[in-house]
Amino acid sequence: MAMAIKLSLILLLCLSSLLAPSFSLFEDQVGLMDWHQRYIGKVKHAVFHTQKAGRKRVLVSTEENVIASLDLRRGEIFWRHVLGPNDVVDKIDIALGKYVITLSSEGSILRAWNLPDGQMVWESFLSGSKYSKALLTVPSNLKVDLDSPIFVYSGGCLHAISSIDGEYLWKKDFAIESSVDVHQLILSGGSDVVHAVGVTDSSQFDTYEIDVKNGGLLKHTSASFPGGVYGEILPVSGDRFVVLDASRSVVLLITVNNGATHLQQTHVSDLIHGSSENTVILPSKLSGIFSLRTDSCIVFVKVTDEGKLNVMEKVDKTVVVSDALALSEGEQAFALVQQGDSKIELSVRLVHDMSSNHLKETVKMDHERGFVHKIFINNYVRTDRSHGFRALIVMEDHSLLLLQQGEIVWTRDDGLASVIDVTTSELPVEKIGVSVAKVEHSLFEWLKGHMLKLKGTLMLATPDEVAAIQQIRLQSSQKNKMTRDHNGFRKLLILLTRAGKLYALHTGNGRVVWSTLLQSLRTTSQQQCAGLKLRQWQVPHHHALDNNPSVLVVGRCGLSLTSPSALSIVDAYTGKELQNLGPAEHSTVQVITLPFRDSTEQQLHLLIDADKRAHLYPTTPEAASIFQRESENVYWYSVESEAGILRGYGVKKTHSSEYSFEARNLWSIVFPAESEKIIATVTRKPNEVVHTQAKVIADEDVMYKYISKNMVFVATVSPKASGPIGSATPDESVLVVYLIDTVTGRILHRMTHLGSQGPVHAVLSENWVVYHYFNLRAHRYEMSVIEIYDQSRAENKDVLKLIVGKHNLTTPVSSYSRPEVTTKSQSYFFTHSVKAISVSSTAKGITSKHLLIGTIGDQVLALDKRFVDPRRSLNPTQAEKEEGLLPLTDALPIIPQSYVTHAFKVEGLRGIETIPAKLESTSLVFAYGVDLFYTRIAPSKTYDSLTEDFNYALLLLTIVALVIAIFVTWVLSERKDLQDKWR
Amino acid sequence: MITGTEYTRYDLDHSVPVFCTDPFSLSLQLLKMEKGKGVLGSRKWAVEFTDNSSTRDILDPPGFTRASPDQDDSSLTRQKKDAEANWKSQKAWEVAQAPFKNLMMMGFMMWMAGNTVHLFSIGITFSALWQPLSALQGVGKVFEPYKDNKVDLLAPKLLYIALNLGGMLLGVWKLNSLGLLPTHASDWVSSLSPAHEVEFSGGGAALY
Repeated sequence: MAMAIKLSLILLLCLSSLLAPSFSLFEDQVGLMDWHQRYIGKVKHAVFHTQKAGRKRVLVSTEENVIASLDLRRGEIFWRHVLGPNDVVDKIDIALGKYVITLSSEGSILRAWNLPDGQMVWESFLSGSKYSKALLTVPSNLKVDLDSPIFVYSGGCLHAISSIDGEYLWKKDFAIESSVDVHQLILSGGSDVVHAVGVTDSSQFDTYEIDVKNGGLLKHTSASFPGGVYGEILPVSGDRFVVLDASRSVVLLITVNNGATHLQQTHVSDLIHGSSENTVILPSKLSGIFSLRTDSCIVFVKVTDEGKLNVMEKVDKTVVVSDALALSEGEQAFALVQQGDSKIELSVRLVHDMSSNHLKETVKMDHERGFVHKIFINNYVRTDRSHGFRALIVMEDHSLLLLQQGEIVWTRDDGLASVIDVTTSELPVEKIGVSVAKVEHSLFEWLKGHMLKLKGTLMLATPDEVAAIQQIRLQSSQKNKMTRDHNGFRKLLILLTRAGKLYALHTGNGRVVWSTLLQSLRTTSQQQCAGLKLRQWQVPHHHALDNNPSVLVVGRCGLSLTSPSALSIVDAYTGKELQNLGPAEHSTVQVITLPFRDSTEQQLHLLIDADKRAHLYPTTPEAASIFQRESENVYWYSVESEAGILRGYGVKKTHSSEYSFEARNLWSIVFPAESEKIIATVTRKPNEVVHTQAKVIADEDVMYKYISKNMVFVATVSPKASGPIGSATPDESVLVVYLIDTVTGRILHRMTHLGSQGPVHAVLSENWVVYHYFNLRAHRYEMSVIEIYDQSRAENKDVLKLIVGKHNLTTPVSSYSRPEVTTKSQSYFFTHSVKAISVSSTAKGITSKHLLIGTIGDQVLALDKRFVDPRRSLNPTQAEKEEGLLPLTDALPIIPQSYVTHAFKVEGLRGIETIPAKLESTSLVFAYGVDLFYTRIAPSKTYDSLTEDFNYALLLLTIVALVIAIFVTWVLSERKDLQDKWR
Repeated sequence: MITGTEYTRYDLDHSVPVFCTDPFSLSLQLLKMEKGKGVLGSRKWAVEFTDNSSTRDILDPPGFTRASPDQDDSSLTRQKKDAEANWKSQKAWEVAQAPFKNLMMMGFMMWMAGNTVHLFSIGITFSALWQPLSALQGVGKVFEPYKDNKVDLLAPKLLYIALNLGGMLLGVWKLNSLGLLPTHASDWVSSLSPAHEVEFSGGGAALY
């Protein structure tokens, strides 16, 4: 009977631990330790929507495939849609004054979104016969049979689509007759004709006139020029076009007149006296004027009615020109931005009167934002009926600013939407000697806060006070301090963005502490630079505590693998570029952080170039001597995905120079190209801490984990199955996973999943790997786990020997000793498709682990590692149940409360980074994509600290009350004693 | 500190040491003396009159024959003493067997507590370990009242010790069954940090 009761109790406990989510939040805890920031990315195109009534907004499409509607007053996002990674937005416009029209996926998808709330109204798929440029023209006031058509040129066809419901009106296929490549669609006002202007075989200029009602071809004229063209045809006026010839030295003026096409050639050198290298025609459409940019300057050229080209003005080549904006009286204005030192000059000019500036403003600009990349202007009518202008500018660091009346109205740091790499830095240690007044103030505040909290707990607080409590909790100054805290929650997140800018974000509230546009990574006209990796360079611990920590940024100047690399070292506290090592003469294809440090706590790094040479950094004699000493045990490997080869290298004894070393090939694994293609490789995080090598299983038995940092997980699929899901039959697709030792090239484990295919997302930690793939036979996603154990240590089970220390468990291990390994694995179904997988990491590695899964819905799901334990069985024994082993289920549960992102979405999720806090129970989680999200998780709950809302005041009060009670009772008892004695 | 019971001894000698000159404390001590007297009154004491060795030399009064009643008297006391010794040894055996009951009860409680580690089972186990230990420390004291040169206390003492040791064994057995004794390999290696790796290897796919 007692046994039965006990059993049921245990079962109840197990069940409750299963059902109760490992962690979840209450509504009022949102924002206490997490923050979420929404971004849109670098703006490609902007359309203003500023009618007199209603909210003024600007619609933008960005390089992160985001369509957003921004508030013009404050820059906030009204609504936003993040399209898929392959759904690149080509064009954006407004139709009928209420729909936002977007053309995306190389002109194959046309969508209309409701302007006020961003709901999708309709969607049309446009099919074409060939690849071509995508063009979108939304006529402002054209009516065809009660329809307002939109003209889209894509896939070699011209489509007319109703803007009301997205219905096809007609389609005109140009590819049938000739291989014309249409460059411009022009709709002259009032007429019922669409002009399509294009080039055939880059040597013949074609114009088509097409009836807007039915798509019938009205007229076709052509003229050939043998020189060929470069770039795009730009319309200057209704019947005049300009284009550069293939040599980029001649401007062709094309005049279409009564069915005849005239060509007129003008040498660029006639227009610009002096050098005229790399000439391009800027795409700004200004009526009667075009702008030409060369290496030295930008010239504005007016095309007169007689067809003559007159140079109107010459400006600096860094000037950015906006499109023309039609003002009310039929005149046009455009804006120029001139870059100055820590300021920019914005000037607005009228097209018909180029000689003077209509408006000139100088705006102070943080030089960390770099150059102006794009400008969009919009006008408003002032109270005195004159025109005011506002300009939306996109900077080099991808930030977005609105200028109005010489002021920056708002800024958005949209560079943060394209984070490439993340690292962290500790904050400075708090200095002793804080002024007394401050302490007293904070003590008073502290007591007040706790009294309020006490009231809250005792349900005595008024609604106002409840709000005040929430406010205190959210804006606790404690979490936003710029000093190190005891628990290690306050850190700096250092982010490298695609624009080559470094940001340091405070983990307390996500504010930008500093940001630096790295000079070494700035893209110039000669070369395109981009950041690759961000590593901790110097982490002062003991020897160099006076130094600030610093980070190493590795970039590449150029597009190919052999391009020279750019290195810079940046102070993590101030953002100053301490050292600019670039452009280095070698290229960089891999960055390896060595586990060695020099006397100033600088981490040694090996940069592998395209010729398989290793370059040591820092380039100091000390580092060289450390590396020389350790070089025998330093290896590296390369994964050549295209060739399907893994190669391992060691350092050659003979070295070419002091800091660069030749590699010797030690091993290679060649995957058969006809059956296997590498699709994923994963290694352990280099800074991961493992607490123990033993795993205690049921009945006090021990298994020894095979813990090696030199292990790589490789997944290959059959080449046929490397496409998207559904492109191969189950019989054709085979997924093979390997665990490979990267020192010796030994394959530790190999497993085949028949009828499965990628994409594979995996995470490797301690002695296990969890990977996610698609099972074609079951039509479901699966997750598998492999745990690897060291068999050569399994004999260490004699207690007496262990007590006296006669075991080989602490002797250093070498991969060359080829330890026997054994693996266990298991697979489960998993409902979601996955964007990223990561695992929680803690300071000592004692706390149990959570898998952090970035789901297709752009959320982060925490899944207890116990669910992916290969020792799970259908009917676990009593001992196994006590151990915490869960009964085997076919699918992994998704508990809604265990989404760490709770109500938020990290749009365009790309990566999840986990950082250990000082507090063992806690792991910091940073998820990035278009949005940023930060929180902290405690996989085994916060067993080593009191919760945030622990009421210290109540505790203090209780202690004081107890002490008083002790005193009172003591006095009373003394008195009673005395009375007894006198009796 | 001078306690009340100590006073009783001084009291018999009529030598009361008074250390304090403070009148209040003096009165207090007097009070305590009174208290001590009270205790004395309830206490059993005896003045031995039987020892008449000093009066042997003196002639017996006329008409008094010493022999028979003297003998009777001594046999009576011997009987009394025998009875007392019997009673003492009986009591000693009873005391020696007392831990057995304890053992049974402990065993029952342990069975009730179960083999999972929680507050109740830990408490019981530690009390099961502690009780025999403290009992073994006080073996002499427990059997002191029954000390008599006529009573053989060795056997009961041995039994007592054996039973207590049994109780302790039970406690240890319980500790083991709770899994709190480091008797498995897992107890010695569970926090053994991973072995140092000789080689280092890094790298991966080329960065794009």
